[in-house]
Amino acid sequence: MSTTSSVPDAHEGARNDQAPAPAPRGPVARPGSRLLHRWVWLRLSLLLSAPLAWMVLIYVVALAALLITSLWSVDSLSSEIDRTWTLDNFRTLIENEVYRNVTVRTVGVALAVTVIDVAIALPIAFYMAKVASPRARRMLVVAVLTPLWASYLVKVFSWRVVLSEGGLAEWSGLGSPGYGLTAVVITQAYIWLPYVILPIFAALERVPDSLLEAAGDLGAPTSMVVRSIVMPLLVPGIVAGAIFSFSLTLGDYITVNIVGGANQMLGNLVFVNAGAANNLPLAAAIAMIPIVVMLVLLTAIRRTGALENI
Amino acid sequence: MTLSSTARRTLAVLTAAVLVLIYLPLLVVVLNSVNPNQSMTWPIEGVTFEWWRRAADSAGVREALATSLQVAAIATGIALVLGTLLALALQRYSFFGKHSVNLLVILPIALPGVVTGIALNNGFRGILGIDLSLWTIVIAHATFCIVTVFNNVQARLRRMGTSLEEASADLGAGVFTTFRLVTLPQLRSALLAGGMLAFALSFDEIIVTTFTAGGGANTLPIWILNNMFRPNQAPVVNVVAVVLILFSIVPVWLAQRLSSDVEAAR
Repeated sequence: MSTTSSVPDAHEGARNDQAPAPAPRGPVARPGSRLLHRWVWLRLSLLLSAPLAWMVLIYVVALAALLITSLWSVDSLSSEIDRTWTLDNFRTLIENEVYRNVTVRTVGVALAVTVIDVAIALPIAFYMAKVASPRARRMLVVAVLTPLWASYLVKVFSWRVVLSEGGLAEWSGLGSPGYGLTAVVITQAYIWLPYVILPIFAALERVPDSLLEAAGDLGAPTSMVVRSIVMPLLVPGIVAGAIFSFSLTLGDYITVNIVGGANQMLGNLVFVNAGAANNLPLAAAIAMIPIVVMLVLLTAIRRTGALENI
Repeated sequence: MTLSSTARRTLAVLTAAVLVLIYLPLLVVVLNSVNPNQSMTWPIEGVTFEWWRRAADSAGVREALATSLQVAAIATGIALVLGTLLALALQRYSFFGKHSVNLLVILPIALPGVVTGIALNNGFRGILGIDLSLWTIVIAHATFCIVTVFNNVQARLRRMGTSLEEASADLGAGVFTTFRLVTLPQLRSALLAGGMLAFALSFDEIIVTTFTAGGGANTLPIWILNNMFRPNQAPVVNVVAVVLILFSIVPVWLAQRLSSDVEAAR
């Protein structure tokens, strides 16, 4: 900021003041800059145009095209995409029980992962936010955050090694479930756990200690304090964490490839149809399933009002 | 609320147990990198650096690493520019459709990974008719990296307020001068944090990448995925995994330094 160049009468008041600017301006204000200063909409559209063009031209158009493609089909002889409208893909999804089974399996795995993660995260987050000393708290946050930065594939790989034949799980005497759906649930719960702990911890940190102390002083037993003070303040954090783990599991198909044995999730079907099976329209239609599941879930949660506070 | 000491102790033990569970698999990977047994059976009998030597000599690893760094760097660059512009627009102005724009930025990471992946795959191949390449990965990664920069910059802008910028304008500085000398310096650590997150997100991404990677362009995660199932390559994958674990400590350490700087400055 060059104070030497400031001119006292360059004062212009509020930023969307569109009165003509005083003629003598400091040397720093070039014509382009002066124009921008005067026209708020021009500044805003210059700021917005590039990022908005990127997001709309690339992402929104791609999503819209996905919806349209799902209504096309593939010519079985030439394997070219046939651009006539048809609901065949969706009929296949409903009538063929493979798709039904895979959808149920995927949603089931996502639900199991979410329930396990919330169940583990609640006591940990509570200990971190309300029991541990401030010093220990900071160290615990770092300890929980660090694996978040470790590579996703490394984490899946590490469970593949732990659960392998002759691996740590077998050696420890606990026994390994082997590669299968249980291994998928364990691995996914492991990977997304920090994403669930953090929002719950953040929500708990916002619960004022004084409130808990007051309840305690007035004679409320711990269970009652948890039920009527902690939980209501905690729900948004739990919902946020649950949405994370559910959505992330729903869209994952790498873990099931690595530790899931022969099992398939929705993502596998999408990937196979987009690649090897060369049926983009069917792949697009299958991809609509997780979108619909997420939309139904978010609408249901919104009804309860829990989304407002995230 | 007064927790009984038993309750406190139970919670502490639970927390410790979960922390052990979080770090145990990573520790197993680290130890296995010197496991002489190729199928990585437990317990380890002996120590070998054979796999480390092989990983260091592997051309595939080096190429994949170079590709990953390149993709992450370009995607982060794009995300830094677009995310900052967007944060400035949304935090400093009010306009029609603001909430939709906000939602639009979050969408690529809020929607399940396969959806973003197949949408971009279909967009590139089916609609535009272009071949997948390194650049399609970059575009895909930049799209979901914008949100991390956007979030960090927006939070900073909110905290910083507008008084300094207004003072600068009142003293006669133009729009660009104010941005360069007043706004940008205040955004520096937010940009660093957002950029670091974007870089890490891109470097590690696998699901969207499998949908947008062209035949020739292998990122490190794709290399790991392709080689994990080959029995004689698995130990090399293990070594790469250890290197990645060690690397992941860097951003945590940096973030700690950054936040303690902020606290010290207060």
